[in-house]
Amino acid sequence: MQSLLRFLGSTVGAKFLMALTGVLLALFVVGHLSGNFLLYKGQDAMNDYAEMLQGLGPALWIVRLGLLAVFATHIYYGIRLKRRNAAARPVNYAHEDTIQASFASRSMILTGLVVLAFVAMHLAHFTLGWLDAEAYDLKQTVQRDGQPFERHDVFGMVVAGFHNDVFVILYAFAMVVLGLHLSHGLHSLFQTLGFRHPAYTPWIERIGRGLAWVLAVGFLSIPLAVRFGFIAAAGGGDAG
Amino acid sequence: MSQGNMRLKLHIWRQKGASAPGAMKTYEVTANEHMSFLEMLDVLNQELIEKGEEPVAFDHDCREGICGSCNMVINGHPHGPQRGTTACQLHMRTFKDGDEIFVEPWRARAFPIIKDLVVDRTAFDRIIASGGYVSVNSGSAPDANEILIGRDDAEEAFEYAACIGCGACVAACKNASAMLFTAAKFAHLEKLPQGQVESDRRAVEMVMQHDAEGFGACTNQYECEAACPKEISVTSIAMLNRAYRRAALSSKS
Repeated sequence: MQSLLRFLGSTVGAKFLMALTGVLLALFVVGHLSGNFLLYKGQDAMNDYAEMLQGLGPALWIVRLGLLAVFATHIYYGIRLKRRNAAARPVNYAHEDTIQASFASRSMILTGLVVLAFVAMHLAHFTLGWLDAEAYDLKQTVQRDGQPFERHDVFGMVVAGFHNDVFVILYAFAMVVLGLHLSHGLHSLFQTLGFRHPAYTPWIERIGRGLAWVLAVGFLSIPLAVRFGFIAAAGGGDAG
Repeated sequence: MSQGNMRLKLHIWRQKGASAPGAMKTYEVTANEHMSFLEMLDVLNQELIEKGEEPVAFDHDCREGICGSCNMVINGHPHGPQRGTTACQLHMRTFKDGDEIFVEPWRARAFPIIKDLVVDRTAFDRIIASGGYVSVNSGSAPDANEILIGRDDAEEAFEYAACIGCGACVAACKNASAMLFTAAKFAHLEKLPQGQVESDRRAVEMVMQHDAEGFGACTNQYECEAACPKEISVTSIAMLNRAYRRAALSSKS
């Protein structure tokens, strides 16, 4: 136990935790995007999925709290490492230059904090309904056992939400930043976990970068698809 | 101007002592393209001495690229712009007439400046002393050859052992991390059977000492590998990460 605590207190251990929580957060991002793609299928598919998630009850809260813990660990260790790294070079070079470090790798703390700010806004927007109460309160009426049944209209909320250009721009910006963050993180974590191989590593780097941008473009497609009318509420275009 | 001569403007970090304030100072010098970078600084220093000024202090010893003393950041690149080359092996033909060149010391909290371009790298010695050795007596050369080692492993160990401990990896790293040095010194032993006996303890002690010296953490940008005059691979860092994780998770304490 002692040696484990010492490990987690070291730079190598802290990086190990960054990589491990990074993998879990990336899996969440993949799951989240898969769910979002139901928006392309239509109102019923999206709302069924949302209702199913809400219906998980305690299990949903276990996942949420686990996710929160993973997020908090990733942020805490990220900031701690950044502070340590900044302290390791108190005087900067008068003529600073970079040989091969990518822009994404040099801006991880910045892109990470932007993603954090985005997550806060996103939760306030679609999970808590603070930013657009009118859209959040939309209901869909479905027939259940022959009776009309009212449920939360997630599809309608998203469509209404992205008819506001301010949100479209904010979400689009945040997704580009997320793409940058992942384009370093998704392959860098293999090195941190100690996996490096002359044949596989170049492919891990290519696939990591590729996947990062596939995810970013996937998320980005939704506000744009709504804004330009490819995803529209039943009964027509801008009714939202 | 005679054949191959060039007029250069140098911006050099001058600092009288460890606690004295320092600043970039500008000099002009005429160098020849056949000179090494250090010879160009020798010319400058001769002129400074003749004018009664303090010459620029810089570390140097072998001047043939194997001692790891001639440490300076040239235009933002440790040992200058040429890959796989120490500052003493860098020739002035890399530059051209009229160039402006910035010359600075390694910048890291763990490498305090002694004077001008000379830094104190004893932090590296303490990392080696913490675990970068084998305690077993491997005997004389014929005894050591009793243990058969595969050629690929021997070659890889040699590649890591090529580290001259100059500190360019620290100077190049955006986080002033010494992971490439620490990992190279770990990996050259890890690849050999004599080194594997103490692998766990070595991984833990060397990383702990690395951290205690105040070096930063690795963020896998590989500036170190690009700046290393011996072109040591960051594969060594993955190896150290793996070994330390294994040591921490399998330890009985």
